[in-house]
Amino acid sequence: MPNTGSSSNNLPATPEVGLPLWLLAELTYRCPLQCPYCSNPLDFAAQGQELSTEQWFRVMAEAREMGAAQLGFSGGEPLVRQDLAELIGEGRRLGYYTNLITSGIGLTEQKIAAFKEAGLDHIQISFQASDEQVNNLLAGSKKAFAQKLDMARAVKAHGYPMVLNFVTHRHNIDKIDRIIELCVALEADFVELATCQFYGWAHLNRVGLLPTRAQLERAERITNEYRAKLQAAGNPCKLIFVTPDYYEERPKACMNGWGSVFLTVTPDGTALPCHGARQLPVQFPNVREHSMQHIWYDSFGFNRFRGYDWMPEPCRSCDEKEKDFGGCRCQAFMLTGDASNADPVCAKSAEHGIILKAREDAEHAHQTIDELTFRNERNSRVIVRS
Amino acid sequence: MSFDRTHVPVWRPGYRFQYEPAQKAHVLLYPEGMIKLNESAALIGGLIDGQRDVATIIAELDKQFPGVPELGDDIEQFMEVARAEHWIELK
Repeated sequence: MPNTGSSSNNLPATPEVGLPLWLLAELTYRCPLQCPYCSNPLDFAAQGQELSTEQWFRVMAEAREMGAAQLGFSGGEPLVRQDLAELIGEGRRLGYYTNLITSGIGLTEQKIAAFKEAGLDHIQISFQASDEQVNNLLAGSKKAFAQKLDMARAVKAHGYPMVLNFVTHRHNIDKIDRIIELCVALEADFVELATCQFYGWAHLNRVGLLPTRAQLERAERITNEYRAKLQAAGNPCKLIFVTPDYYEERPKACMNGWGSVFLTVTPDGTALPCHGARQLPVQFPNVREHSMQHIWYDSFGFNRFRGYDWMPEPCRSCDEKEKDFGGCRCQAFMLTGDASNADPVCAKSAEHGIILKAREDAEHAHQTIDELTFRNERNSRVIVRS
Repeated sequence: MSFDRTHVPVWRPGYRFQYEPAQKAHVLLYPEGMIKLNESAALIGGLIDGQRDVATIIAELDKQFPGVPELGDDIEQFMEVARAEHWIELK
């Protein structure tokens, strides 16, 4: 198929648009915690009104019709939505596999039972660290850790599969053995050991969060040792280790390609090809004004970085562009000021020096946890003003 | 070591087998993930109900597709893989 751009190049044809298999419903930006690595936008406090129950029902029904099969309820903290059980029930009725992605704060045994009744398939609880003190410091809450432990036990007792998510960073990654042991003791089915990705608040706090290469390598080695032990014991618990791309020489295939699998709807109804894309200077459609069909297939925002025609060099002539799509558009924008540029993680990027500098910074950083900027309304408003 | 066909396969708790019209295929759904099944895996998966043992599943598919050589071996192999991946438990 010929491409529609300038005719002298030999770019591969734009692939057929895939199905939006994953619908992420960010129900609210409200959250009782203040994690300094939150992926919510810095200006979350300035965002518009939340969608109503009926509006979410329509979004869910239309996306399901288009092939969405996985439905994630996240936020903010989705538990603060009073209609959560109703939304779960409708999602399950439509045939979705329903995932609740929560901090566990605000969860009760009663709610766990009610959500099960409504048809909830799975609960993911995020932890901040294995150690009570670090966890509470990071979450900005004194009782957070004990509550999370109680709720993790209750989730398993009610027969749900459970994913435990630990965001790791320079202040907790050295305790990865204790983190894994805690997860195994809680009978997690999957454990996500996700090294901080530097978007939103985490980008703001990057110097205080990015682990050193030595820290990362140690953590990965220990994780591999536990994997071998679990497998030998026939334990189905699966450890998923997510490395920060700052230590890679090639960028990640972000979201498996722009507008290829994922569809995020934010609290105010803005639809995005990934949950970080809101910050881009790209106009994104809103579900209050457009059908999901239009949003996915026809909108400007979802087509902006599909295919290869938009790529400048070095991506344009690169033989790896069909593998990694030039990396992450948000990272390219945050670090180089132009979302079309190669993700600077790539060693072929002219701006790769930014990543090398960040690695260097990590060797000398001395910021303590309480020097990080916490994600809360006050900081959100101050940051947006400045 | 021979495979014991009296085992009853059940999907692991939280794993769901269903047909997806948009993909025109059966899938196995699990926390934050999905596996698209090929036709033969879908036929076997459709008979996993926590009641039928492996021998019964083989007999039913043999009735539907008579004369397929090594049908029993293929089904045993599916069970082995599915158990190793922790998609099913064999009771």
